[in-house]
Amino acid sequence: MSKEAILNAIRRGLKRGPLPADQRAMLEARMLARPRHLIPARSRVPRPDQIKLFIVNVEKEFGSVTRVADVKEIPGAVAEYLSQQNLAPRFVMAPHPELQALPWSDRAMLEFETRRAEASDTVSVQHGYAGIAETGTLMLPSDPARPTTLNLLAETEIVVLRASRITGPYEDAWDMLRAERQDAVTGGFMPRNVMLVTGPSRSGDIEQTLELGASGPRRLHVIVVDDDPAALPV
Amino acid sequence: MVQITSPQFKENAARAIGDARLQKALGKAEGAFLQRRGDAVARLPEFEQLRDIGRDIKNHTLANLDFYLETYAANVEAAGGTVHWCSTAEEARAAVLEICRKAGAKTVTKGKSMISEELEINDHLEAHGIEPVETDLGEYIIQLRREHPSHIIAPAFHLNREDWEQSFREMHTDLPKDRVFSERRDILTEARTKLRDRFLAADVGITGANFLIAESGSSVIVTNEGNGDLTQTLPRVHIALASIEKLVPTLNDACALLRLLARSATGQDFSVYTTFSTGGRRPGDLDGPEEYHVVLIDNGRSNMFGTEFQEMLRCIRCAACMNHCPVYGITGGHAYGWVYPGPMGSVLTPTLIGVDKAGHLPNASTFCGRCESVCPVKIPLPKMMRHWREREFERHLSPAAVRRNLGLWAWVAQRPGLYRMATKLAVGTLGLLAQGKGAFRSLPLAGGWTQGRDLPVPEGGTFMDRYAKTKRGG
Repeated sequence: MSKEAILNAIRRGLKRGPLPADQRAMLEARMLARPRHLIPARSRVPRPDQIKLFIVNVEKEFGSVTRVADVKEIPGAVAEYLSQQNLAPRFVMAPHPELQALPWSDRAMLEFETRRAEASDTVSVQHGYAGIAETGTLMLPSDPARPTTLNLLAETEIVVLRASRITGPYEDAWDMLRAERQDAVTGGFMPRNVMLVTGPSRSGDIEQTLELGASGPRRLHVIVVDDDPAALPV
Repeated sequence: MVQITSPQFKENAARAIGDARLQKALGKAEGAFLQRRGDAVARLPEFEQLRDIGRDIKNHTLANLDFYLETYAANVEAAGGTVHWCSTAEEARAAVLEICRKAGAKTVTKGKSMISEELEINDHLEAHGIEPVETDLGEYIIQLRREHPSHIIAPAFHLNREDWEQSFREMHTDLPKDRVFSERRDILTEARTKLRDRFLAADVGITGANFLIAESGSSVIVTNEGNGDLTQTLPRVHIALASIEKLVPTLNDACALLRLLARSATGQDFSVYTTFSTGGRRPGDLDGPEEYHVVLIDNGRSNMFGTEFQEMLRCIRCAACMNHCPVYGITGGHAYGWVYPGPMGSVLTPTLIGVDKAGHLPNASTFCGRCESVCPVKIPLPKMMRHWREREFERHLSPAAVRRNLGLWAWVAQRPGLYRMATKLAVGTLGLLAQGKGAFRSLPLAGGWTQGRDLPVPEGGTFMDRYAKTKRGG
């Protein structure tokens, strides 16, 4: 009832009735074509510079980055980061096959469980789906293998990201998701939730002065794995 | 209940100007926003072009809003969500209450949402035995103090650090009385701890929406704290409150507007958390809400179509206009007397609560034009305030003194000889009175006007004198 009332009031204001079929078809075509708008030049740079831009921007937003040459080095990078931060070598990890396949036994002192995060977890290790160089942003779509709570509940979040998954602008990351994912419920590509994360949690609510660590993670650390020969530093 | 005090704007403003604590808070906060926005814009050379694009995307969406709303709703439902169409605030309150009741909710966590202020959701839930808990840090302290937000993105804009400490000591009585808040961070940490328990206990999470995306049926929230994400991830039910003008057609359209939003609002290149929600938990998901509801609210907006205020529906609620407004800068947000302060509020409030109640707001402007010059979607705010003044005048709502003086001015202005003589006399007299000073701190017969500001002394004669000189100079 209210639906019709709202739609009719809009149409009355626009001085027309429901859109004729040809105009609806035009709008549907625009949605399918989803035209891209102006994309800032800053991220339209060669691959090695895109990776560099991503890292610079993560750090500008108070995140930190370690770059490793091979996936085999990830457990070591995690252990080293935790010890640098004086954190216990314990974490909750996303049940993602790429993370589970890592040689964790090389670092026997690391203890972890693969599951969603709970309030008592202090460190989480998440699988990064994509990185966006434009603003140093991580794209983290929800998935059975990538629970959303891992991005929120622990004080420290570590995200493992392959360099080959770093794009220039947001639009390229969305196109990757469009091409790679099919949703069980809708048949489209959107999962329940996609978080774009740029640095650790913060608030400016006390006298408009920035403080890190509001409700979300106080620290965000990204481990970038150089799996892309075209993206290696020159 | 949000008491509408917009009709008392003049008294509110006078009180605000005399309030030393408020002036201290305003003085600290305003410069920070200006500087940060300026820096962010300077870092993106394409910013001006993006403003045109933002305006065009919103105009296109509004011109076809019936189509995009239907497409959006169909896609929400395809993803297993439910859309509740609500014409009025009352319907929206009822829809939210019913969802909460069905969920057997005792407590509800809330992300920051201005439409929830407009709907007075908190009072409604409380009246029905459900406890709402604000989780945005600024909203949290406002709720503790039983106040209302004074700014659309920084609800506690009017508070100083001492106010935070005092309220926390008064309200968090289970913590040691002699604890020390040596840094702002200590305040933040205490709130974080307190809020954590509330997040975990909540049965329903309510958020607003910065955008709704037609092609995918998604709602988008933008936050820095992560409170909105905890609110919509942990409870069994997520309700997104959104007004109809939040629609955009595609993700690519949203990307363009997101490039404008954070830069215009907080001066960040991008906010910390920009999150797209589409339906409830999928098979195999280990977390996330099982139910996803969108309460889609009109509450007077559809009446703005086809009027001179239609362009106001482009607003993306960044607050750049109020951050750059000299009036807001000295009165703060509460003086405006309802939910939306500053220039965007001065245009929107009369459409939503009536120009009879909010007529002072479009008059509370120096017409300096800074609001329009920073608006990311180029809303002609001063022009719209002028439209409200005209409507107010036409409906005989302006005070008798204003009407009389306007009549007198019009009579003089229609007689060029007399007008020139009068202005010459005024300029000359003020020049003599000034005795070489640059500005008047007070003036006889204009004490009310000069109480809150100085009047610059006219320099260089009347406009006609100067015009004549320039012409001769060739």
